[in-house]
Amino acid sequence: MNSLPASQPIIEITYLIASTLFILSLKWMSSPSTARRGVRAGEVGMLLAIGGTLLQHGIVDYKWIAIALVLGSGIGIPLGLVQMTAVPQRTALSHAFGALCVTLVGTAEFYLRSPDLSPFIMAALSMEVILGSLTFTGSLMAAGKLQEVLPQRPLTYKGQNLVNLSLLAIAVAVAGYLIMHPGAKQLFPVIVGIPLVFGVLMIIPIGGADMPTVISLLNSYAGLSAAAMGFGLGSKLLIVAGALDGSSGLILSVIMSKAMNRSFGNVLFGAFGQVQTSAVAGQEAKSVRSATADEASAILAAANKVVVVPGYGMAVAQAQHKVRELYDALSKRGVEVRFAIHPVAGRMPGHMNVLLAEADIPYDKLVEMDDINGDFAQTDVALVIGANDVTNPAARTDSSSPIYGMPVLDVNKARTVMVIKRSMSPGFAGIDNPLYYMDRTLMLFGDAKSFLNDIVREFGGGGQN
Amino acid sequence: MLIDGLFVFMLAAFIGFEVIRRVSPLLHTPLMSLTNALDAIAVVGAIVLVGRHENRLSFLLGMLAVIAATSNIVGGFLITDRMLKMFKTSRPTKP
Repeated sequence: MNSLPASQPIIEITYLIASTLFILSLKWMSSPSTARRGVRAGEVGMLLAIGGTLLQHGIVDYKWIAIALVLGSGIGIPLGLVQMTAVPQRTALSHAFGALCVTLVGTAEFYLRSPDLSPFIMAALSMEVILGSLTFTGSLMAAGKLQEVLPQRPLTYKGQNLVNLSLLAIAVAVAGYLIMHPGAKQLFPVIVGIPLVFGVLMIIPIGGADMPTVISLLNSYAGLSAAAMGFGLGSKLLIVAGALDGSSGLILSVIMSKAMNRSFGNVLFGAFGQVQTSAVAGQEAKSVRSATADEASAILAAANKVVVVPGYGMAVAQAQHKVRELYDALSKRGVEVRFAIHPVAGRMPGHMNVLLAEADIPYDKLVEMDDINGDFAQTDVALVIGANDVTNPAARTDSSSPIYGMPVLDVNKARTVMVIKRSMSPGFAGIDNPLYYMDRTLMLFGDAKSFLNDIVREFGGGGQN
Repeated sequence: MLIDGLFVFMLAAFIGFEVIRRVSPLLHTPLMSLTNALDAIAVVGAIVLVGRHENRLSFLLGMLAVIAATSNIVGGFLITDRMLKMFKTSRPTKP
């Protein structure tokens, strides 16, 4: 039944409609009010594309397709139901799965069609498997670091970049040879194997604070490898989807690296871990002022405008629901509470927004850095919860600071600054934060969740007003 | 064929840049999980491998590829929708 060539135009039309729906899907993501429609459009497009593919000429084995689809759904459903705090590692894991699929298909296509591969098809296949396999292991490493089954500290050694780049150069050279001699089957494992190793080595020197950029870059690679697969198979649908995903990842990486004032090259080859020692040199004990929960709640209750600055520490302490309770308690008293979101706060783009939305904080209270920075001077209390480097005023003033030039939230301009922090140990990048030593700053030492709980309890008792 | 593909790629990349530039930073996390699900359209290539069953290697690699991609499709759409459901505004939404 599938040998009818008449099914071909129908398949092409389903692919065309699917591509259109994919573009609409991303277009509707521009605003929260239409975004869910975007998901529906994507789902319909996907079903159409899969349905169209099943009509394809030469497909004989439907049973195993069905089994694979069921097994994949069985893995996908739990991955779709993870907790919101686990979203960064889930995302990294799904980049890995996407890249795995592309690499496997590329490998199978090579062994099916070699040596009858035109230089162009072979080039597409090479790009597909090189990008696919380095994204596969790179994303697994990133997921491991985010899940904290691997050490989060960047691991660096001398000559690291030279080793990594030489490996990649060898893989590209072998791919070049295969393009001229597509019959050299024994060489194909090289262009899969070396990038697999490269993916691991590429992520080893990357620390947690760089994850938002890296995860976006891996997203982009996953998209480009799918587009390369489209070239290899002559599928315009795949080219479109891959190009969309690739450009999305690229835009996000550009936004993230701009928000850290670093180039891609610097993120991938710079290893943040190395530069910090000089910054921590000022060892003389500077004094800080600390406060208790009831002092903090009294100051908050007396404020008119409060800006909360969340960071990765809030996610680690799972404190977002306590933040909501504080938001409710303060709003009830007529205090205006808003949230200042730095683009790289957390471990992936938009991480803080999702956590705060999960805690039912209305999204119109979540304000981007550029829109809120001018308001800090009129803010009574800036409450920093688990954020560090993104609030560091040294990024603006101290040209010797490793993060000099990085755009930061102007928290230090608020009338009172409160920082919830476990201890005085420096943040992830190991950079001291002068914010903590200002006269206007009160350090609230403790676990974010339990400290916020204590503050909220003060409000609940109604004692302080 | 080559030039056809490059045309499509170039146009889709431009559309991608223009459309995604307009996505609010608020939604960058769901955006990433959505593009991930869409990218799993690579499943069509894998389905063909399994369905044609040309030899054991291509069949086995195809099976694994279908499983990996399907888990991304199902998981990706599911979590994107869960995230988007959480975004609420304090103002009454326009009908």
